[in-house]
Formats: sequence, C-alpha cells, structure tokens
Amino acid sequence: MNAMWWGVIGTSAAAFGLKYLGHSIPHRYLEHPTIQRTNLLIPITLLSALVAVQTFAVKSKLVIDHRAIGLVVAAIALKFRAPFPVVVILAALSSALVYHVSPFWWTQQ
Amino acid sequence: MPNFGLVRQNAVVSATPKSTIRDSLSVSITVGAYGIAFGAASVAAGFSVLQTCLLSLLTFSGASQFALVGVLGSGGSALSGIATATLLGFRNGLYGLRMSPLLKTRGTKRFFAAHITIDESTGVALSQEGLGPDAMRKGFWFTGIGVFTFWNLFTFAGALGAQSMGNPAAWGLDAAVPAAFLGLVWPRLVSLSDRILSVAAMVLALGLTPFVPAGLPIIATAFLALAIGLRRS
Repeated sequence: MNAMWWGVIGTSAAAFGLKYLGHSIPHRYLEHPTIQRTNLLIPITLLSALVAVQTFAVKSKLVIDHRAIGLVVAAIALKFRAPFPVVVILAALSSALVYHVSPFWWTQQ
Repeated sequence: MPNFGLVRQNAVVSATPKSTIRDSLSVSITVGAYGIAFGAASVAAGFSVLQTCLLSLLTFSGASQFALVGVLGSGGSALSGIATATLLGFRNGLYGLRMSPLLKTRGTKRFFAAHITIDESTGVALSQEGLGPDAMRKGFWFTGIGVFTFWNLFTFAGALGAQSMGNPAAWGLDAAVPAAFLGLVWPRLVSLSDRILSVAAMVLALGLTPFVPAGLPIIATAFLALAIGLRRS
C-alpha cells in the first residue's frame, strides 16, 4: 500500500474521529478559551504555509516560477472580492499562460 | 467547499421556515461546486480517481482534503499529510460540541450527524437561531446532506476532468492549488495580527523547506499558532 492510500485512510479515520468525539463528549471539555482561540489561529498558519510552499517550492528547493504569477493574480482577484471559483480559474489561466510563453530556463526547475 | 468558512456570505437569516430549505440549498450548491477544484487538484497531485472520490466521501472536510493532497503532492510523507489534515479538522470536533445538545442524536443517527458536521451545516444551523430549534435542526441536516451530495458529485467530475488533461502545469493546475489555499485563508485574515501571523507562517515554512523533509515545514507553523494562542490567555 502506498503513501496515498495511507493518507486517504488515516485522514478519513482521524476526521471522523474528531467529529464523532465532538458529538459524544460532555460540553465542558474543549471549552477553554485558549483552545477556542488556538483553534482559530491554526487554520491561518497551516493554510498560509501551504500557500507559500505550494507556490515557491519544488521538493526542498525554493524557486520563483509560473505559479508565482498565478498567486499574484489570485490575490488581486480576492482583493476585488471575486468568488472562489473565479479566483482559482484566473490563477490557473495566468499560470498556464506564463508556463507556455516563458523561456526554458525559467520553468525547467 | 466543505469547511471553507463561506457560510456568512451565503446563508441569510430569514423570516420564514421555508427559507431554511432555501438557505440550505443555496449553500449546498455553491459550496458543493467547489468540489471540482478539489477533484482536479487531487488527481494532479498524484491521487487516483478512486482515492480522490473516497477522500470526499469519507473525510468530507474541504480544507483537510486539500491539505492532504497538497502535502503528499509536494513529496511529504503520509504521516505529515495526515497530521496537517487532522489539525485542520480539529474545529469540526468543536462544532460537534456545539451541535450535539441541539440535535440530541444517538446510535446510527449520531454517526451520520457527526459525518456531516462541517463549517456549512453548523453555520446554517446557527443562522436559523431566530426561528427556533426545529429550524436550526432542519438547517443542519439539509445543509449537511446537500453539501455532501454536491461535493461528492463535483469531486468526481473534477477528478475525471483532470485525469484527461495530462501535464498539470500546462493547464495551470499546479497554480490552482496554492490559489485555492489563498482563497481559504483570505476570509480568516480579519485583523492586522491575523495578517502578520499569516506572513510569519509563510516565512517560517519557506525558511524550513530546504532543511527538513517536505510536509514538516507546514506542520511546524501550527506551533506558531499554539504559541500565540497560549500567550494571549
């Protein structure tokens, strides 16, 4: 079994476990303000880290390539309150465009 | 997309119980349609169509699913992928805590209620508060089942579409994934300190990338959140 299958099974089991636990344990647990507050902050750091790594890394190397253009376009679209699908499509289009027209040394990393 | 924090824009507090169904449906279709993006991203990251569909069926939590395929797609281990996805799914447990006194489920019904406990079902339920507990319960079940239905249908469509595309970079799919993450984090950056935290997490993750195995730079930023969460108390 490869990493993908372990990922599918592990993530699904943990995701359901957390949901079911929430429905089953008494209210007073997890109600602590520190937990509530940290719970709001964790998605910010993880999602931001994912944005950065998915845009500027190829394995363990840092690069600036066509994806950076896509990210800039996405940020501008979000600034103008574009809906989520529009943001994603604009990023994909602009990145693909740069990928096709950019010189070989830029995208062959 | 499940758990994308989009509810506030979509679910409007309305005056008649009929509106509960309308709110649920509009959220379900809008949010479910984003499954296309997940299906495509997952296949582009190297997951099979079957694995992609199983993730939407069984994990059913958008940000967690995106995180798993993001980490594994960039060479991270299964363990770091699962850990990142699970940290993002933690809030579903807190939603469950909030919903359980309202739903009062047990047995099989609790099993299903737990599975559809996400941002949107909880959000619509809470938005019906003015209409009484019955409307809240209806909002929860209609939205949860609706998002589940559309999210899975659109995941399948997106996965099939990406499978027929070939090189992800040529279609911009490799840029669509970070753009999706940016779209997820954007509405959460309410205050200046949120934005500073976001930039700090990006810098930390990129700074660690050359030195530690893929996936770990992302998980490491959770400690940043933890440190600030503890300090403010």
